[in-house]
Amino acid sequence: MNVAVVKYNAGNICSVINALHRIGVEPTVTDSPTELAAADRIIFPGQGEAVNTMVYLHEKGLDDVIRGLKQPVLGICIGQQLLCTHSEEGNTPCLGIFDSCVCRFPSTSPEGKVKIPQIGWNTIEDLRTPLFDGLKDGDFVYFVHSFYVPDSAAAIAHTTYGGVTYASALHHRNFYATQFHPEKSGDVGLRILHNFIHLCHD
Amino acid sequence: MLAKRIIPCLDVKDGRTVKGINFVNLRDAGDPVELGKAYSEQGADELVFLDIAATHEGRKTFTDMVSRVAAAISIPFTVGGGIHELADVARLLEAGADKVSLNSAALRNPQLVNDIAERFGSQVCVAAIDARHDADGWYCYVNGGRIRVERTLFDWAREVANRGAGEILFTSMDHDGVKQGFPNEALARLSDELSIPVIASGGAGAKEHFADAFRLGHADAALAASVFHFGEIKIPELKQYLHNEGICVRL
Repeated sequence: MNVAVVKYNAGNICSVINALHRIGVEPTVTDSPTELAAADRIIFPGQGEAVNTMVYLHEKGLDDVIRGLKQPVLGICIGQQLLCTHSEEGNTPCLGIFDSCVCRFPSTSPEGKVKIPQIGWNTIEDLRTPLFDGLKDGDFVYFVHSFYVPDSAAAIAHTTYGGVTYASALHHRNFYATQFHPEKSGDVGLRILHNFIHLCHD
Repeated sequence: MLAKRIIPCLDVKDGRTVKGINFVNLRDAGDPVELGKAYSEQGADELVFLDIAATHEGRKTFTDMVSRVAAAISIPFTVGGGIHELADVARLLEAGADKVSLNSAALRNPQLVNDIAERFGSQVCVAAIDARHDADGWYCYVNGGRIRVERTLFDWAREVANRGAGEILFTSMDHDGVKQGFPNEALARLSDELSIPVIASGGAGAKEHFADAFRLGHADAALAASVFHFGEIKIPELKQYLHNEGICVRL
């Protein structure tokens, strides 16, 4: 199994590599369109800011490469947000795989002030698809983010924060994405990465 | 629902944990990696490693340790100590740390907080504040609590939040090590005034103190060292207790 991690100007790539090592996967880290096209699985990780990241992906020609991928792809955190149509962060157009617009958490909710970013462990509910095999509603995963993807038909997990129930994971065609960091979510996260690597794909 | 976090803190010198540690049957309790793994398996939500060495050699060893921790554990961890400039932050993040905590360095050079937030994102920057309740109010201290800085806790916390810190780690020097609980009134004021998470640090002596820090102090997370290291409080029991008290924790 040839697993590629998209190399770009976002932080946190080394955490993903470490987590893959722990489940026995030695990934290739690359921004080469040929290598990406040849991989069996692709992980598009990240932690960063939307505008600069989109500019970088465009300059490297990676935006079209990612849009054209046919094998299973897993976007993580900013990786999920960039796979959407548009982000409120810097009002920037994104890759357009998921038909959603990324919004900022409201600063207040009926319960009071909302702390932004959301930092910490929150639950995932209404789990769908084999990405979550072996996991259950109410399992905790680790989040760090100020922007979120609203609920939609593509949602395969929901999480509630700041009075908003949003899509904490998405699926459309060969594209999967999580707002949380599976690479930082203990055994639950490692299971999600394992499931992704072993997804049936035809 | 977002869980309240429980964070053990480990002091590291020359690649070894300091302070006697006798809570688990580890092959080598002095190895920060072994200890970090054990805490992670017990249900710690995050870990903090503080480099208390002051030498160049010690820094190098600490960075190597950070790489080994990153390879071994799957939960977030923060590192602190000896961070003076952006290059120190880059080095520790490259080694695999998720966040860095700044203490005296931020008070000496507040612009560093802006620079870290801009370069790496706010989520990377934890502003650690040591403060004491003096006769004229809560004031910040540096150099391990030896020197008072003419900044009040609340003003400085607001400033670092505005400069881009992602979290505040507040240690009350009056409470640290005394095991009589956290400074809940000051914590609540910080937590209510700021729009970033606040981590309570120093003062835990009993499980009830954690519940109070969350309920009365409105803290988002609580950090402790010796009560965990000496097994006086076991993390699984603490989390079960908090859960029974109706506080959301990750079990």
